Amino acid sequence: MSVIDAATAANNENEKNDDDAGLPGALPSGRGGSTVEKRRNLGVGSFVLLAVGAFVFLFPFYYMFIGSLQTSPDTSVAGAFPNPANLTGENYANINGSIDLLKGLVNSGIFTGGVILFTVVFGLLVGYALAQMHFRGKGFVFGMMLLVQMIPFQLLLIPLYVMIVRDYGLADSYIGMILPFAINSTAVFVFRQYFMQLPSTLFEAARIDGASELRILWQIAIPLVRPAIVTAVLLTFIGPWNEFLWPFLVTKDSSIQPLAVSLANYISNVAATASNPFGAILAGACVLAAPAIALFIFFQRQFISTNIGSSVKG
Amino acid sequence: MSLRSSDGGPAAGSPATGVPVGRTADQRPAPRKRKNILGRQPLGLLFSAPYVIYVLAVLAYPLGYAVYISFHDFFFTAPRVKVDRPFVGLDNYITVLSDPAVQRSFANIGVFLVINVPLTVGLSLVLANALNRVTKLRTFFRVSYYVPYVTASVAVVGVWLFLFQQNGLVNALLGPLAPNPSWLTNSWLAMPTVALYVTWKQLGFFILLYLAALQNIPDELYESASVDGGNKWVQFWNITVPGVRSASVLVTLLATITGANLFTEPYLLTGGGGPDGASTSPVFLMYQKGILQGNPDVAAALGVILVIGVLLIALIQKRLVGGKEA
Repeated sequence: MSVIDAATAANNENEKNDDDAGLPGALPSGRGGSTVEKRRNLGVGSFVLLAVGAFVFLFPFYYMFIGSLQTSPDTSVAGAFPNPANLTGENYANINGSIDLLKGLVNSGIFTGGVILFTVVFGLLVGYALAQMHFRGKGFVFGMMLLVQMIPFQLLLIPLYVMIVRDYGLADSYIGMILPFAINSTAVFVFRQYFMQLPSTLFEAARIDGASELRILWQIAIPLVRPAIVTAVLLTFIGPWNEFLWPFLVTKDSSIQPLAVSLANYISNVAATASNPFGAILAGACVLAAPAIALFIFFQRQFISTNIGSSVKG
Repeated sequence: MSLRSSDGGPAAGSPATGVPVGRTADQRPAPRKRKNILGRQPLGLLFSAPYVIYVLAVLAYPLGYAVYISFHDFFFTAPRVKVDRPFVGLDNYITVLSDPAVQRSFANIGVFLVINVPLTVGLSLVLANALNRVTKLRTFFRVSYYVPYVTASVAVVGVWLFLFQQNGLVNALLGPLAPNPSWLTNSWLAMPTVALYVTWKQLGFFILLYLAALQNIPDELYESASVDGGNKWVQFWNITVPGVRSASVLVTLLATITGANLFTEPYLLTGGGGPDGASTSPVFLMYQKGILQGNPDVAAALGVILVIGVLLIALIQKRLVGGKEA
């Protein structure tokens, strides 16, 4: 028990250091007077640059929201500021009349949730095996994990369509949507990296005590790498939630389409006939964007450069 | 992707951690180690099995299947119908390469890459560098840069359509300078506008990559440079830029792959292929030829050519950006 506590403490310490590394100001040493001076010299310019950048990055989102509330599209400069006379919730009702927003969100949720479930369950198993177990063929599995991340989707597009839609008849099904993304190799890599950080003596000790590997994984390893699970969920979430091409190919039935697909179909087919097409499109866009943005703002501490960096660079 | 280079470390490290443990165990129960030819924890095989099966069935097999399809006269049939699909050699490749629409789509991707890759590398490095220096509002800035990246392209395409339409806000601000025909219906500007959109959308991810790389540059380098009287530009060009070189290789590679995968953005922003095919992407043609027109063999050949093209560009970029060390 004390071993585990020590490991937990060590792990927490690592996390803390990771976070600190993101804040140069918090670095305890190594930055003397010259660095402070340097920072003062560069601070103002950098700050202005970042502020201009942030405006360019955030303005479209602000404008998306304003536009979704306008009775008639106001594209003049004044239209960028809310005008109470021109505000309405009607666009949301309109888009909901054309495409069932709630059903779209639920479908997106099932698609994304399925991918995350497979990735986390099987990713933890293989990540743990690669980091802390010694077995024949480990090098092969590891090499495979690295190679898989380089397979271009363009090559898989046609054969997967032939297999999943034509041969297996999985069109218009959640399984057909999930299958090509089911296990995210980047997440496997993240799990392996985190499990590698745990001392192998911890696991040797548990094995000598007669614990089964599954029990070690469940009771010792997983509780120690909870941050890895959050990171992997966040990394995995972006893909299927935002994916358009594959579910677009697989689903023709609107009752199973993720929101991204039904909104895209609305943009390219239906919008022209609506009274305020942009209002409706932007209202749908807000509904599609909100869950992802909320999730990432809530978990932004976990979604930092060190995590992304370790996931792609090792 | 840069896993190859940097992961020599951890990869070599994992057996290395195993070896000392194995040795110490060797001193006492030596026979126990040799007993199991599947390794000390053969259960690891079982733990890896679902992943390995998945990769073989859903990724490796289709990869080979794509090449097979591209060399045969392949057409869609009802499930489990046995038909003759004769080998046609390079016929599909010849069909694809002699198609003017395909040639146009590769030219479009060329325009896209020429705009997108330098902009992505330059802007993300400069912004990451600025983020690394500023302490106030750091979290706010970081979040604002990755908000477009985490949002569905389909959602933000809506607001770009709104901003860049004929009488949209952008043209209202430009006044008489507004292009005619407007951005997305202009055969000269359609592809650059798509490239600009994708740069904006993806930049947050690349900023995070550069931020990670910047953490690895030792502060002492900057300190000794400032002692030697190097100003901030000298420091940026002589320390920061070389210091993040391997990240730059990765960023150019990933940006190129994004470009080659382009589908959603031209499809929605420019209503399919844009004016006169000006923003048609190869993946859009794969969808059109393979799935809408029922020629999966031609589409598969296009996919193979596209991937070979990406590999060639990646090799060239690695030479250019990577220098000798990468």
